[in-house]
Amino acid sequence: MSAMLHDVFTGLLVLASATMCLAAGIGLIRFPDVLSRLHAATKPQIFGLMAVTTDVAINNFSVGTVTLVVAIVVFQALTAPMAAHLVGRAAYETEHLRPDLLIVDELKGR
Amino acid sequence: MTTPRERLEAVGNQIPPLIALIVLWMLLWGELSWLNLLVAFVVGIVVTVAFYLVPVQLSGRVHPLHAVVFFVRLILDIVRASIDVAWLAIQPKLVTSNAILAIRLHTRSDLILTWTAVATSIVPGSIVVDIDRESSILYLHVLDMHSAADIESFRRQVLDTEQRIVRGFGSREDVERMRGVPPANRRTARGADQNGQGPS
Repeated sequence: MSAMLHDVFTGLLVLASATMCLAAGIGLIRFPDVLSRLHAATKPQIFGLMAVTTDVAINNFSVGTVTLVVAIVVFQALTAPMAAHLVGRAAYETEHLRPDLLIVDELKGR
Repeated sequence: MTTPRERLEAVGNQIPPLIALIVLWMLLWGELSWLNLLVAFVVGIVVTVAFYLVPVQLSGRVHPLHAVVFFVRLILDIVRASIDVAWLAIQPKLVTSNAILAIRLHTRSDLILTWTAVATSIVPGSIVVDIDRESSILYLHVLDMHSAADIESFRRQVLDTEQRIVRGFGSREDVERMRGVPPANRRTARGADQNGQGPS
């Protein structure tokens, strides 16, 4: 019973991760401009990554794996926003954005 | 040029990053041994000297319970918002309506400002486009904002994140600034503070 529960849990985590990657891919194609695409490209993955690394840690439970998983997630979490910020800022300053998609732009004119 | 005391402080400021590097080295190797510690220490020294980092003013205060609350809440937010963004990408009828918001934080500390920026940015649906460090304003690009009510609730969310970070890691001064202000007139708090008549 416990083995089956283990399998179900593992399956769910992998599935969640795969769904997030799929959604990120679809969003990348469907979203209309640079800034909204950035959301799709950088963000759902962090949850996908957390799910799949948790899965690895559960199935291969040792101090080495767990610490490595923590390091992977922490650094992904620290670096993804930086990359998004740099691309976003470059896009804004070179006017690669569509004002018609924004309901408010409080950065305008600063 | 510099007094010995200043030099000592400059060295002291490099210690937290050095410890972080040692911990990282240990995490990557995945085992604790004296040899590992020694190598980590040497590599850490080389990295801190070769890639000199501008000293960061640490608050010197960590509240374990509030820190845990912050991290748990952050993970829950990431999960919830990831599902939202994924659904937004998949749903058949896509209506894009975004916003760039200027959100004025209460803190004056660079560290809290950075933490808040990273924490709001890691939660799907918002990206930091620009930061005004002088007056602690974050400019965020937010996905899927349809009304003024959405915007208000997002603003509150960011300010709440800041509050959790300050409770967990902020300096005493930051915490007091936060406590002294009732939620009702939070947005005018800074102006009131400056005039020396902050509500108590």
